[in-house]
Amino acid sequence: MTQTLAGYNFAYLDEQTKRMIRRAILKAVAIPGYQVPFGSREMPLPYGWGTGGIQVTASIIGRADVLKVIDQGADDTTNAISIRRFFARTAGVATTERTVEATIIQTRHRIPETPLRAGQIMVYQVPIPEPLRWLEPRETETRTMHALSEYGAMHVRFYEDIAHHGRITTTYDYPVIVNDRYLMRPSPIPKFDNQKLDMSPALQLFGAGREKRIYAVPPFTKVKSLDFHDHPFSVESWDAACSLCGSTTSYLDEVLTDDQGGRMFVCSDTDYCRSRTS
Amino acid sequence: MEPLLDIRGLAKSFTLHNQGGVTLPVLAAVDLSVRAGECVALHGRSGTGKSTLLRTLYGNYRVGSGELWVRHGAARIDLAQASPRQIIELRRSTIGYVSQFLRVIPRVAALDIVAEPMRARGLGAEAALERAAALLTRLNVPERLWHLAPATFSGGEQQRINIARGFAVEYPILLLDEPTASLDGDNRTSVIGLIDEVLARGTAIVGIFHDGEVRERVASRLYDMTEAKAA
Amino acid sequence: MSALPLLDEEPPLLVVEGLTVAYGARVGCRDVGFELWPGEVLGIVGESGSGKTSLLNALSAKIEPAAGRIRYRLRDGTMADLFDLSEAARRQLLRTDWGVVHQNPRDGLRLTVSAGANVGERLMAIGARHYGEIRGSALDWLGKVEIDRDRIDDRPSSFSGGMQQRLQIARNLVTNPRLVFMDEPTGGLDVSVQARLLDLIRGLVADLGLSAIIVTHDLAVARLLAHRLMVMRGGEVVESGLTDQVLDDPQHPYTQLLVSSILQV
Repeated sequence: MTQTLAGYNFAYLDEQTKRMIRRAILKAVAIPGYQVPFGSREMPLPYGWGTGGIQVTASIIGRADVLKVIDQGADDTTNAISIRRFFARTAGVATTERTVEATIIQTRHRIPETPLRAGQIMVYQVPIPEPLRWLEPRETETRTMHALSEYGAMHVRFYEDIAHHGRITTTYDYPVIVNDRYLMRPSPIPKFDNQKLDMSPALQLFGAGREKRIYAVPPFTKVKSLDFHDHPFSVESWDAACSLCGSTTSYLDEVLTDDQGGRMFVCSDTDYCRSRTS
Repeated sequence: MEPLLDIRGLAKSFTLHNQGGVTLPVLAAVDLSVRAGECVALHGRSGTGKSTLLRTLYGNYRVGSGELWVRHGAARIDLAQASPRQIIELRRSTIGYVSQFLRVIPRVAALDIVAEPMRARGLGAEAALERAAALLTRLNVPERLWHLAPATFSGGEQQRINIARGFAVEYPILLLDEPTASLDGDNRTSVIGLIDEVLARGTAIVGIFHDGEVRERVASRLYDMTEAKAA
Repeated sequence: MSALPLLDEEPPLLVVEGLTVAYGARVGCRDVGFELWPGEVLGIVGESGSGKTSLLNALSAKIEPAAGRIRYRLRDGTMADLFDLSEAARRQLLRTDWGVVHQNPRDGLRLTVSAGANVGERLMAIGARHYGEIRGSALDWLGKVEIDRDRIDDRPSSFSGGMQQRLQIARNLVTNPRLVFMDEPTGGLDVSVQARLLDLIRGLVADLGLSAIIVTHDLAVARLLAHRLMVMRGGEVVESGLTDQVLDDPQHPYTQLLVSSILQV
C-alpha cells in the first residue's frame, strides 16, 4: 500500500459526509432510477470534472478496493489520471486500467466493453441528472412528473428528431426507463452503451455534484430506452472494424491520422482494445 | 282544443338602473291564447309593446310577472319559470322566431344559416341543405348568394334569409316580427304563401304586420295592444 | 297545472357549488355556483379584476379553492369531487378529458417544438407510441383548424397570432376532451382574425358536442359562442341566464352598464 497523504481523512471526505452520501446511495438503490438529493461537498476540483462521481466513489471505497477510472473509454486522459491519483493518495487504494481487475470503475461517457460482473460497481459522473429539464424548468413540477410517471411528453423530442431528420438523432445521454418506473438520464454515455445498463450484474451509481443528486441502477434491473413502435431504439454500428484490434462489436472512435483526410477507427475502450492485441 | 300558447296576466317593465332607476312599464296585463292554425296579429301604434311582447314570448326578454304557457310536445311549460336550457330546447323544437333583422354570423354562408336550425334538430347535412336551397329558391334569393356570408347583402336579401331560416323547421309556434317589411310585391307573395302553408299545417302564429294588406290576408284575428296596457 | 321539470333528465357534466377563491385576504371570486350540461357553452363575462380568471383557474384545477365544491361527471358516469381525486387523476383528467385554451399562446404551446409535436404531445402524454399514427392525427387536426398541413414541421413561433390560437385548439382537442376552458380566446387578435377563430370554435363545439366555459370581456364573443352567460363583478356573479336574455334584457345595474357601453358600428 502506498503512502497516503497526511492530514486528510481516508478518501478525502470526512466520515459524516460519507455516511450521509451512503444513506443517499442506499435510498437510490432502493428506488431504482429515482434522484436522491444529497449534500454535495466542495471538492478540490471544479464542477464538471466529476465531483459527483468522486464523492460517490469516496463514500463507497474501502482499502481492499481496486479502482479504475475512465474518461471517454480511456484510462490515460488527464481527468482519469488525476482522479485515479487522487484516490491513490487520499485512500491509498490500488488502481488499475484493467476492467476485469477493478472492483470500482468511475467513468465519464463510457461503459467498458468487457462485460461487467457481479460485485463490481460502476460510478458515473453526471453533469445534468434531470431528464425532464428541457421540457420543464421548474424543479417542483419535474418532481411531480416523476412522482406521477408523467413521461409521455419526453417523446416530443424524439418526435421532433424523426419529423426533421427521419430518425431519432439523440445519440448519447439517451433517456431510459428504469425498472418500468423512473425516467433516468444515463449520463452522457453513447446510446451504444444503453444496452449494457439493462440487467447488468454490476451495481451502477450515478453522482451529480453540482446538481446534488445521486441515483442508481441496482444489479439485474430492467433498463429500457425510450422509442416509438415504428422507430424502435437502435444503436450505432460501423462499417469499419477497429484498426488496432479488429473488433467489429465495440464502440469505435474516429481518429484523424493526417491533414490529408486520412482517418481510422479504433476502439474507444483502450483497455479492451489492448487486451485483444496483447 | 287546448291552445298552443296561453298567456295570462303577462306584465313586463324595464328598470333603467343607470338612468336614475326609472321604470318603464311596457306590458301591464296581456291575456292571450293562440290555438293551432291561428294567426294573431298584434295591433297598435309603435311604442305599444308589440316587439316587446314578441321577444318575451321567445324568451329573449324576461317575463316580468304572469304566466306564459307553451305547449311543448305533450307537455306544457311556463316560460316565466323555464330554465335557460328549457328555453333553448323550446327554441330548438317548438318556437320559431323571425326577427326584423338578421343577426349575421361572420363567415357563415347563407345556405348554412338557413340549414342550421334543421341540423340542430338532427336532420342530416344533405337533407338540411336541400331544404334550405328549396326555401331560398322559393324566396327568390339568387343562387350566387347562397355560399356567401350575408353581411354584405341588401336588407331585403337578409330578411328573406331570416324568413327561410324561420320556416326551415316546422315549429308548432311561430313568431313573426314584420316579416315583409323590406320586401317587394313578389317576395311578399312568397312569404304569404309560406305563412298560409304553416297555418294549414296547424302552426300557431303571433306576428307584427305593419303592412295592412299582408295583415288582412293572413291574420285570423287582431290582438289590440291597448288591452295589454289596461291596468 | 304545474311547471315542468327539466326536459331531459341527462345529468350535468359539471356541478359547481359555493366556489370561493382567495389569495390570502384578497378574494378572487366568492360563492360561485352553476351547472354545465354536455354540449353546453357557458360564457363568463366581466371586466378585468372581476374574478373571471380566478374562477377559471379554480375550475380547471390550477388553484385550489378556499371553499366550495367542483364535481365532474367522469366518463364512467360517476360524479367525482375534483379536489377529492388524487393529483394523478386530476392531472390525467386535464390532459385527456379537459382542454385549456389560454389567452396567450405562450402559456398553451411549446414554441420551441414543431406544430406537429405540439398537437402530438397530448397523444404521447396518454401513451401513444406510434410515430406514424401521432403524425397522422396531427395532420388531421391541423386541417380541422385550417392550418396548412405543410406547416406541420414549423415552429409555432413563426405562426401568426390567429394560427397560434388555432394550433392551441388543435392541441387540446386531439384527445377528444369533453370539456374545454377558454380564457379570452380571441384576445389580442385582429378583428378579421377573431371572426375566423370564433367561427371555427363555434363549428367545433357544435360538431363535437363539446361543453365549454369561455371567459371573455367581449360581449360580442359571448353572444356568438355562449348558450348561457354569467356576469361577474368584484368576484361575484351578479347576473346569469340565457345569453341573449342577459344581453338584451339585462337586470342588474352592472350588466346594464356593460351592455350599454358597447360601441355600436
